[in-house]
Amino acid sequence: MQTVVSAQDFSCRHNSAEVLSDLNFEVGEGDYVGLVGPNGSGKTTLIKAMLGLIKSAKGCIRVFGYHPDEQQEWPKIGYLPQKHLSLNQGFPSTVREIVGLGLFARKKSSSRIRETDIEAIDRALELTNISGISHKLIGDLSGGQQQRVFIARALVNEPKLLILDEPTTALDPETRENFFALVNSLNKEKRVTVIFVTHDMGTIGKYASKLLYLDKRIIFYGSFDEFCRSDSMAHFFGESSQHIICHKHN
Amino acid sequence: MDMLEFLSYGFIQRAIVAGSFIAVLCSVLGVLLVLRRLSLMGDGLAHVTFGSVALGLALKVYPLYVSIPLVMISSVGILKLIERAGIYGDAAIGIVSSLGIAVGVVIASASGGFNVDILSYLFGNILSIGAAEVYISMFLAALVLLTICFYFDEIFSMTFDEEFAKASGINVARINLILAVLTSITVVLTMRLVGIMLTSALLILPAVTAFQIGRGFKHTLFIAAATGVVSVITGIFVSFCINLPAGASIVLINFVLFFVAFALRRCSFFHE
Repeated sequence: MQTVVSAQDFSCRHNSAEVLSDLNFEVGEGDYVGLVGPNGSGKTTLIKAMLGLIKSAKGCIRVFGYHPDEQQEWPKIGYLPQKHLSLNQGFPSTVREIVGLGLFARKKSSSRIRETDIEAIDRALELTNISGISHKLIGDLSGGQQQRVFIARALVNEPKLLILDEPTTALDPETRENFFALVNSLNKEKRVTVIFVTHDMGTIGKYASKLLYLDKRIIFYGSFDEFCRSDSMAHFFGESSQHIICHKHN
Repeated sequence: MDMLEFLSYGFIQRAIVAGSFIAVLCSVLGVLLVLRRLSLMGDGLAHVTFGSVALGLALKVYPLYVSIPLVMISSVGILKLIERAGIYGDAAIGIVSSLGIAVGVVIASASGGFNVDILSYLFGNILSIGAAEVYISMFLAALVLLTICFYFDEIFSMTFDEEFAKASGINVARINLILAVLTSITVVLTMRLVGIMLTSALLILPAVTAFQIGRGFKHTLFIAAATGVVSVITGIFVSFCINLPAGASIVLINFVLFFVAFALRRCSFFHE
């Protein structure tokens, strides 16, 4: 199995405080990793480091074998940032234009939009069920609709690795279920590797093949069943909490 | 006033041609600056220009030779302050702008005044534009527009979401540097040609007018450029007919256009 993400002795600092410490793990092709942990545990920092948005203090992290500063496989990576709190609601762009931004990674330079690009945008719009609002301005949409636009932008290149940072926060229950089903089908049918940051351990346990529990360091990395059976996790969380998490999953 | 008579004057022709090119380049850059919450970049860099002109005069060097590199450095400095010190754009502009003014005042005071009027380097007049300046404005507009066309996708992506742009493999630092350099050259040269008031107004007003009725990013850039050109031509015509200052007339026309666009948006002509 090809290694998609690998971290070796990876540490990260922010304002002299260590945010992530000595991480060692591998994510293989086709894995569906639920990245969980309390607030401030370093989940977003870890995925930003994978994308080269944050520098490492020690060790290294590689995606598709490349250090983030030398990454050559951007088109294979689909990224959905944490909810766009800073989105300028007056930004004068249509849904179609914003989804098209995801194509840049494979275009490499500003060039005319080709027929294949238009088809890719149409596919992403259909997949996320927003074809009907493709002509609307982003600021005219609800929070949930905006989130679906950003999901479409992450999917437009048909990536091999999907990095999703709390993607379901603004979604209503039905859309959230559809989104989980969509990501699950991409993982199962197209072997897309998924790294899914969430606080919802019960739901992610239903879908993820692995759970990476982070709290500045790796507390647990393994399958959900292993997590539920682990005595050390029962000790760490307390037996009742572990039972609740695992019960929700079942 | 006969339109043909109005257009027959050489100084009017030069003002319209140069003013239109300057309007296009300021409006397009303005859309990018306003969306990145750097609307007052023009004003801030104008204050730095004051300091750098004073330095040039003190060193007995042609002031623009000192202004252009110093304003470029300041422009990059504003971006670095935002990026590294984590402060808001308006505060970063305020820091650099007040530093520019302070340096200018200190140099002017220490030099015991200059033989040349320092303000003549800062406040141009669109109606006194010469043939050479028309060519400068055409060259500058072509340079800025071609660069923006060449890097259009990168600029659009990072204007919308800089973090996502980085995660798409875009060299955000390089594009930021290019935009900072283009903005600096534009502010220094257009200030000399049409004055700081008009430069600043053309960076902000056509952009916010276009935001009212734009139906997409390219559409918005086009509307901003068209608004800038219409305001320049109409403003010059109005100032000629009723003997008003041209720069101020163009700013007022811009405000009227903004108000009309705002009213149209309110009446839901352009938005569902």
